[in-house]
Amino acid sequence: MALALVLNQPRNDPEVYVLKKLTIALSLSIAGSFAHAHSPDPAKWESVEAEARGQTVYFNAWGGAENINSYLEWVGEELRDCCDIKLVHVKLDDTANAVAKVVAERAAGRDEGGSVDLIWINGENFASMKERGLLLEKGWAEKLPNWAYVDVENKPTVLNDFTTPVEGQAAPWGMAKLVFFHDSARIQENALPSSAEELLEWAQANPGRFSYPSPPDFIGSSFLKQVLIETVGDAAVLQQPADEADFETVSAPLFDYLDQLHRVAWREGRAFPQNYPAMKQLLADGELEIIFAFNPSEASNAIANFELPDTVRSFTFEEGTLGNTHFVAIPYNASAKAGALVTANFLMSPEAQLRKQDPEVWGDPTVLGMDKLPEPLQTGFGALDLGIATLAPEELGPVLEEPHPSWMERVEEAWKRRYTVGN
Amino acid sequence: MFRLTYLGPALAVLLLAGPVGFGLAGTVLPAFGISPGFGGGSFGLHYFRELFAQPALFCSITLSLTSGLASAVLSLLIVMLFTAAFAGTATFRRMQHLLGPLLSLPHAAAALAIAFLVAPSGMIMRLISPELTGWERPPDLLIVHDPLALSMIGALVAKEVPFLLLMTLAALPQAPVERVRQLTGALGYGRVAGFIHGAWPGIYRQIRLPVFAVIAFASSNVEVALILGPTQPQTLAARLVTWMSDPDLSQRYLASAGALLQLGVTGLAFAIWLGLERLCAALRNKAACGGLRMRRDRAVQVVSLTAMILAAGAIFAGLAALAVWSFAGLWQFPDFLPGSFTLRNWMKALPRVVEPLGTTLTIGVASAFIAAILSVLCFVHEDRTGKRAGRGGQALIYLPLIVPQVTFIFGLQFLLVASGWLATLPALLFAHLVFVMPYAYLCLKDPWRSFDRRYEQVAAGLGKSPMTTLFRIRLPMMLRPLLVLFAIGFSVSVGLYLPTVLIGAGRLTTITSEAVALASGGNRRIIGVYAFFQMLLPVAGFAIATLVPALIFRRFRGMQV
Repeated sequence: MALALVLNQPRNDPEVYVLKKLTIALSLSIAGSFAHAHSPDPAKWESVEAEARGQTVYFNAWGGAENINSYLEWVGEELRDCCDIKLVHVKLDDTANAVAKVVAERAAGRDEGGSVDLIWINGENFASMKERGLLLEKGWAEKLPNWAYVDVENKPTVLNDFTTPVEGQAAPWGMAKLVFFHDSARIQENALPSSAEELLEWAQANPGRFSYPSPPDFIGSSFLKQVLIETVGDAAVLQQPADEADFETVSAPLFDYLDQLHRVAWREGRAFPQNYPAMKQLLADGELEIIFAFNPSEASNAIANFELPDTVRSFTFEEGTLGNTHFVAIPYNASAKAGALVTANFLMSPEAQLRKQDPEVWGDPTVLGMDKLPEPLQTGFGALDLGIATLAPEELGPVLEEPHPSWMERVEEAWKRRYTVGN
Repeated sequence: MFRLTYLGPALAVLLLAGPVGFGLAGTVLPAFGISPGFGGGSFGLHYFRELFAQPALFCSITLSLTSGLASAVLSLLIVMLFTAAFAGTATFRRMQHLLGPLLSLPHAAAALAIAFLVAPSGMIMRLISPELTGWERPPDLLIVHDPLALSMIGALVAKEVPFLLLMTLAALPQAPVERVRQLTGALGYGRVAGFIHGAWPGIYRQIRLPVFAVIAFASSNVEVALILGPTQPQTLAARLVTWMSDPDLSQRYLASAGALLQLGVTGLAFAIWLGLERLCAALRNKAACGGLRMRRDRAVQVVSLTAMILAAGAIFAGLAALAVWSFAGLWQFPDFLPGSFTLRNWMKALPRVVEPLGTTLTIGVASAFIAAILSVLCFVHEDRTGKRAGRGGQALIYLPLIVPQVTFIFGLQFLLVASGWLATLPALLFAHLVFVMPYAYLCLKDPWRSFDRRYEQVAAGLGKSPMTTLFRIRLPMMLRPLLVLFAIGFSVSVGLYLPTVLIGAGRLTTITSEAVALASGGNRRIIGVYAFFQMLLPVAGFAIATLVPALIFRRFRGMQV
């Protein structure tokens, strides 16, 4: 273990301190491990597969849902059998934690042998990692063998994530769309709101029966974005970074809306569910009447698991709801890059995507284009019973584009300042 | 080789003071912008300025302070009144047996149990609805996560009462309770008043450090705060952990500054407690001098027993509810029992339990084992030199329990990240050992010192070496307390949350860290499965500690209890 104490003398800084900067570099680096980082080339797929054999891949993915966890277990078994890869699901409660690990490792000078091999990611986390150069070099995802099946033409969010060009630095894994659920045994279908405005009116008529997970939870933040898009007037401004607009003015209608909503929300807005599964439990208990998720088949899945009664149904807003793609990405300092590439490719494979879309398993919509698949696989997707509470793809309504990630950061910050109240 | 016993105290001191010292350094430096191995940051107080600019920070501080003090006051009060009213009775012994298992239950499991009981859709509401309340749906009441932290304080009290009672129990033999009772009774004092005037001051002096440990834990705990504590805002410690895991590096400096603040808040709680001690002593003196005899204290006795039963009963009932949830099919409000039962939850969860269970067992057994060896070495050394640990030594043993966990675990994490040891088994084992060691030492202290040394003198007289005496006489005869030490050390390790989360960094998980992570998702069925294991592991440890000596000593009448 080498302990180096480096004292940097103050330079021409106006602030006078005896020690401007004291950097203690505590490093347990094996001497001479500064060999240049080696990355496998996905274009030479056989060599990648050969290199991946025997590797352990630490897949950092949100671990709050049982169905997703068990799907990843299946993935792990498949990868073990086909490719001799050990997949370890590092269960996160917030993807930002995995980003934090990579950031910390880079700051500590660990440019190789990092603890994160693969991250389930999109939105501001992807934008921030891409911008800081924490991802494996561009283009790898588009060189994966299964990229050929990806529906690039009809699913534009596969190439542009929250206005950030993906540029092959992340492999698409699944599609998401904001969908609302209600219990048809308790609410009539014609009473359902069809826009954010109507939702507020509905909440005012049914006090204490609606809420959303507190940001920075992914689903909660998505709800804020949905309201932001609906209240902003001209949504084009949201496609630009928030710094280039007048944030206060643009977000004012959103916070007016939330102020009104909280007055009639569950627990009067003094507490919020922590995430989607918590909302699901509250719907089952009858505490909430309307909840929402980012996966159209969540409700069918929950019915299959006895978590929701079989009277739960889905609906969306007439003018559209938020939609996006979620990806897997590889950090620049991953220990098992080849293993991570093989895993990413497997996650995109028709076989894995078909199983993922099965509501009995997870029900996450595929990123693949049906017309690109060979005949038997198309039939497989066609034969999936999406479940009683799932809307057919054509019933899901228009997709609203995600705002630039900077909006989310600003909105979350403003939300925290406004509603983390002291008495 | 026998001379090597000095390694015991040396290693123990290193183990107890080292992590706290280095950890605190690893927290203090970043708080002032100095960052070991991280680059970035510049020296100054700006992270403290940023800290105090956080929304509702003072609200978080107040919450930590009041909930810490309130749970200490309440649990100590319950224990004091109960001991005063029932010490030496059959009720006391029964309660002691009832509360024993609760001591080993992880805080997180206790908090989950309480949450399932008192939530608007919890078991109590289901029991009385709709018959008594008319509610077909759960009421919109903020009970769990209430802004005054009442449910959190309740859970902490329920968990700390068994701890303080056990500590009091250990102190009781040194206090002449029975003689004091006869004397004060003859002078016309009531049972409770006589005990408080005569016996309590001596007992309190002995359990003072445990009380401080309770204050430190209650004012800085993370897991109970996450499960039951207020959310808008959270307590200081819970917010610290959020900042610590923020992708923005500068938030870590903020968290370090916050951890120092936490140290200050806990320190302030100690200071207030010292004031309270003086106030109470003065009040008691006034009452004693004024001849306040409280002859009719039946009501106090009943209240103390009720509080005791409530504390234990709430946790047991909550755990039972959790067990039912783990087998539940669809279970809607206000049904008291699930509509159907299924093994599906267990089938789904079991494969996933295996890995955290393995880590829990490995770390728990290894840390308890090492702690046992170190404690024995310490005491053998003490016997050899005839020197006992002084007040400073005593305080040192309590150090990891009295310094809030967040404040030095943060720093340890910083150091471990920089050295590349984060999320390795040795690092996690080390972090657990820091907390297991004090309990192991305290556990062995009294049995070791009260051992009848004539056995050893006889052995020496027969020409046996100290080594032989130790291994052939002393340790076999002390099997029972050694196994109890082992069981307690193991259960402490099973229950540790914050060290596991921060040092295991998500790659090494235990049953407890998984259970708290799942608590946020509210999937009661799966939480039920994990809570079952949280309960099972310590109980299994204690079962072994009871059964093994009974088996081995079944032919030795003198060794039976």
